[in-house]
Amino acid sequence: MISSIVFINHKGEILIYRVYKDDITRSETTQFCAKIVATKENKECPIINIDGTSFIHITIKDIVVLATTKVNVNVAMTLQFLYQLVKVCRAYFGGEFDENCIKKHFVLIYEILDEVMDYGVPQIADADLLKKYIQEGGLKPELMNDVEKLKQLTSQATGATSWRPPNLVYRKNEVYLDVIESVNVLMSVKGTILKADVAGSIQVKCLLSGMPECKFGMNDKLLMQREPRKPGQTTTDKGITIDDLKFHQCVKLPKFDKERAITFIPPDGQFELMTYRITENINLPFKIMPVYNELGKNKLEIRVKIKSIFEKNLFATNLAIKIPVPKNTANVSTNSAIGKAKHEPDQQGVIWRIKKYPGDFEALLRCEIDLGQTTNQQPWIKPPISMEFQVPMFTASGLRVRFLRIYEKAGYKPTKWIRYITKAGEYLHRL
Amino acid sequence: MSRPSASTSSSSRSSRSRYGKEVKELQDALNQNKIESKRDAIRKIIDAMTRGKDVSMLFPDVAKNMETSNLELKKLVYLYIINYAKIMPDLAVMAVNSFRKDARDKTNPFLRALAIRTMGCIRVKLITEYLLDPLKESIKDEDSYVRKTAAICISKLYDVSPELIEEQGLLKLLENLLNDGNAMVVANAVCALLIVQESKGTTMLQLNPYTIQKILTAMNECNEWGVIYCLDALAMYIPEDGKEAEAILERVSPRLNHNNPGVVLSACKIMMKFLDYLQNPETIRQNALKMTAPLISLLSLGKEPEIQYVALKNINLIIQKRPIIIEKDIKVFFCNFNDPIYIKLQKLEVLSKLANNDNIQQILHELKEYTQEVDVEFVRKSVRTIGRCAIKLEKAAEKCVTALWECLKTKVNYVVMESIIVIRDIFRKYPRKYEMILKDLCENLKSIEDPEAKASMIWIIGEYVDTIENADSLLGNFSENFKDEPANVQHQILVAVMKLFLQRPNDGKELIHNLLKTATIECENPDLRDRAYIYWRMLSTDPELAKKIVFTERPTISDSSYTIENELLDKLIENIGNLSSVYTKKPESFVKKLRDVLNSKIADKIDDVYDQDQLMEGRPEDYSDQQGGSSNINENNYETSSQIQSQIQQSQVQQVTQKIDLLDLDENQPQQQQSQQQQQQQQLPTQQIQQPNQFQNIKIPFAEVLNSNTPGSQAQIQGLQIEAAFQKYGDKIVLDLKFTNKTQDKTFSAFGIKFNKNPFKLQPDAIEIQCQPVFPGSTQIAQSSINTNGPALEEPPQMPYKIQVALKTNLDVFYIFIPMSLSVLFSNTASITQQKFIELSQAQNMARKQEVLQIQIDPLKMKEKLERNYFFLIGVRKDERGVELLSYAATLVNGMPLLVNVIHTPTAINLQLQVPHPTLMPLLYQAIGFILTLN
Repeated sequence: MISSIVFINHKGEILIYRVYKDDITRSETTQFCAKIVATKENKECPIINIDGTSFIHITIKDIVVLATTKVNVNVAMTLQFLYQLVKVCRAYFGGEFDENCIKKHFVLIYEILDEVMDYGVPQIADADLLKKYIQEGGLKPELMNDVEKLKQLTSQATGATSWRPPNLVYRKNEVYLDVIESVNVLMSVKGTILKADVAGSIQVKCLLSGMPECKFGMNDKLLMQREPRKPGQTTTDKGITIDDLKFHQCVKLPKFDKERAITFIPPDGQFELMTYRITENINLPFKIMPVYNELGKNKLEIRVKIKSIFEKNLFATNLAIKIPVPKNTANVSTNSAIGKAKHEPDQQGVIWRIKKYPGDFEALLRCEIDLGQTTNQQPWIKPPISMEFQVPMFTASGLRVRFLRIYEKAGYKPTKWIRYITKAGEYLHRL
Repeated sequence: MSRPSASTSSSSRSSRSRYGKEVKELQDALNQNKIESKRDAIRKIIDAMTRGKDVSMLFPDVAKNMETSNLELKKLVYLYIINYAKIMPDLAVMAVNSFRKDARDKTNPFLRALAIRTMGCIRVKLITEYLLDPLKESIKDEDSYVRKTAAICISKLYDVSPELIEEQGLLKLLENLLNDGNAMVVANAVCALLIVQESKGTTMLQLNPYTIQKILTAMNECNEWGVIYCLDALAMYIPEDGKEAEAILERVSPRLNHNNPGVVLSACKIMMKFLDYLQNPETIRQNALKMTAPLISLLSLGKEPEIQYVALKNINLIIQKRPIIIEKDIKVFFCNFNDPIYIKLQKLEVLSKLANNDNIQQILHELKEYTQEVDVEFVRKSVRTIGRCAIKLEKAAEKCVTALWECLKTKVNYVVMESIIVIRDIFRKYPRKYEMILKDLCENLKSIEDPEAKASMIWIIGEYVDTIENADSLLGNFSENFKDEPANVQHQILVAVMKLFLQRPNDGKELIHNLLKTATIECENPDLRDRAYIYWRMLSTDPELAKKIVFTERPTISDSSYTIENELLDKLIENIGNLSSVYTKKPESFVKKLRDVLNSKIADKIDDVYDQDQLMEGRPEDYSDQQGGSSNINENNYETSSQIQSQIQQSQVQQVTQKIDLLDLDENQPQQQQSQQQQQQQQLPTQQIQQPNQFQNIKIPFAEVLNSNTPGSQAQIQGLQIEAAFQKYGDKIVLDLKFTNKTQDKTFSAFGIKFNKNPFKLQPDAIEIQCQPVFPGSTQIAQSSINTNGPALEEPPQMPYKIQVALKTNLDVFYIFIPMSLSVLFSNTASITQQKFIELSQAQNMARKQEVLQIQIDPLKMKEKLERNYFFLIGVRKDERGVELLSYAATLVNGMPLLVNVIHTPTAINLQLQVPHPTLMPLLYQAIGFILTLN
């Protein structure tokens, strides 16, 4: 089990130090801070063993969150726990997680650490639940003496649906569904697709009374094949192949395994119902066509053509195409019909930004790059061109939500809202 | 000189006084009545503590505030106390009352749980005792939140005072929590039992079909962390048969869709392990393929890199064991430009495992791309991976060589050097096949700095002296700096020049002459010098023979250096998701605690052996208290003990005389040996050799089964200490007993004995025990013969196997548990034939397990020891790897067969145990350990 949890800043200073088992000394940890964190060696491997102590850590911006142990701990669990811990902290600090807010809220963090882990064993690490009984500045005294309320809290915390408190009441029952897809693609120099996949997630905001049972359906091929055909129905939609699905802990997994039906009692408010992965029949929203020329010893030309491949009535927003340039770039002149392109030396590239981009449309950017003198003889190793964008009301996988049925004994009819959006994940084209 | 020192001292004094002032201020604030000022003060203290400053002197002031009703303040105080309690045990006692009070708070379950949780963290032996009552109450608390906290608390206190926790029956209470109605309580109980199990080194969580059902049910209702403990516990279970394994897999496999990677990997752990128990190849295939997509999802972009790293390490193990799981999806293992280096290197590792003749083109294309990247380590490993593919896939070797050729042409220093090393291996695997590359190789000689690359290059030149025209001048250049080169380069120069001379005597004559001279006269490295001498001598006696030797055919190389041995692999598969899988090491190699437990077990055995020796030698001081009691009773006792023993002694005497006659031993020594005991000591070895099959069972050391502080069942008396051990003398089972009277004025007599029902139907021949009265301060030894016609208990024996015994005396009745080694129960008749052995070892209903005994023993000696204890060698065969496998078998008194396959390694013995019931497994392991380590 885990011996201690430590937060460390990039200089190797300890910000939070909580020991769960006394088989570890502080000096072992400070040694790790001095040798590994301060020298940036932690970037080299997340799990290291120094003299019999294992240091398992993650790095969030400048903060190293570390778990130490002397035993053969479940390391996948430990890492996930560290990420979950950061998530809990963020939930308390309004999304922030940096040195300042750690220092400001250190008392609260210690209180959280006492609750999320006991003797090195993860316990309850659900932010919404924790917020109910751990609050900055202590709980209200009314709650402290309300026996019924406290009982309800503990039974929720240890119960089978720990994510949902009982007896919720909303005047207006509403559900918001967001289908968010990230397209990852890597194209070779010649433009062939080396790999492509979609990492999708379905975010739900649930404002529902009582204990609703929900059933969610998509155009999942395997599910649609199981459904009996209604007579007279001539649908051509065969559904899409989903490689893998991962569910929030509220989803009843055995039921999914048997019937491929997604059923759950949702948490209150915002949560991620599921994530999925798709590698077949992906509709890439953009094609990138670069041309690279060396015009002389100190001059380069890069031309990039992009083409949108989605329906005309849709728009992509916030495009940013990053074209890498060598370190010794002195000057870049750009020329494009739409958007703005600018050399940004700190990014080592030309960033071409376009606010709004219509479907089925081509655009071209031409960059002329003047190189400065350099002593470095090594040839320039060209990183790939990368692209950012968002396309609302479009899914690269073709996924659609078919239904969301909600059963509650009160029998209300909630309002449902659905949005789709596709974003660029790692959208890369080798140069 | 005086001025600066004065200034430093004054500054340090001022800082000290400032510090003192701060402490004073904090003390004042803590002693005020206002809650805000207290809270601020303790915040400052905790802050200082975090930064590593010593604020322990404030302990009394802080601890005073424990009884506050303000929960936030209380938590801060607790945090402080946890930190300093260990160095201030006296003051920590102050906290006890507050814990006891809070743990009984009527209204607030959070407060009760907080007290229970915190008191467990105060790791001071002194106060554990005071915490037991509140802890016992909290286990029965109506609130599940308190109970789940109590479960963990037992494991905490066990680590502080194991004896106390065991004595007070808390472990039993912890076990009962497995039946709790709340899933999280069950999950925490499972976890706590596993923690205790690890410290204790014996099985605490009894896994049987009943508990397995409990855990599977809890898994459906507890939170994601609880699911992981449940899965990790299930992974330790050995299913009784394929059907059970399949049923469990059905319950486990849905967890693969959980979004917590810990859950996914722990589920994979069970699946990988249980697949071995399935029979139907189609079921195996289907279950195996269920893991494919979930494992790949762990690598999808946007997944945390650290988790990807763990996933890759595990995938690497999984595909070695069952390659079918990931065959097609190679693209996921292509490196992304922004992947951290540790992920890229792992992906290369997996890629080289997945490479086959169909996908090699695609993989090579990627690898070539990587050789152009910036990170030197990554580039070098990419080149090396190309080489590994060439050696692994003969058909694709040419493509790989072409790729390496391109690498050479880049002229990038480290790419070229790594390529040379790799090409050397390819030349070794495929001699004389890719000579077209030699020209480009020889053009890159100047840039080679790395010794390994240099040595490789020289080896290549030596190998191809006939093809490379200017080999003589190239080698000449290398030889110029001969003396400054590292040893491996020197060796290669010597070998290459030798080859040059043998192939092209005219070109190499001068070179070899100078080189041999330098190497023999000026070199300090003995290996090198010897090699040079040998060469010299060979050349001067028989140059043709020298040629034969130097150009002899070498064994081919393969890619196997990267595969993990099967035994280690199985162990690592059992540890999927754990640190062990990431380090690719067995847990005991990096966990000190496990090693300690192992070592102490071995040490215990050695100690026992030692005690045993003393008993047998009968050193006068060991029996002094006996003799102090009454000497004639003592002698009587020896007479009553057993006639068998005297028989043994008679035969021993004969043997000894024989031996002396035969070998004409040194006369001084034996003449002085008058006492029987001394003779016995001397004779033992002789006996072992000459009469391997008669009355030579190991003697099980006495175990204390009744402590003199334990009162009898009617609580009338205490002070009797009993040590006991079941023994096997020839074909008889006997119970050896040793009574010690520690009372002042009572005498124990009229001993009688009765057994509770037990699995092997053991019972004493007679209830009365022949034993003299035991007077205060004295010790008596007695014996009771055992038969196997008693009533049977229809339950398999558990580890540790103990028999419950009621022992009657004139004063009170004592209920005791006497441990039993399985070795006592081996039947004398060898009823298992080779045929039967093979049948049994293929039977479905046998449980199997691999174990390792860390002792060194000669195979012959081991056979002899085992057979003396009726564990017979059935046959010897070689497995597919050519390792010798010795098959042993024994039959228990109730007819159950026990099979063991043994592989001897230089440092240990690998055992493959097969028993009809899984619970016999640890017992058999223990018994073999006893047989091999005792006497």
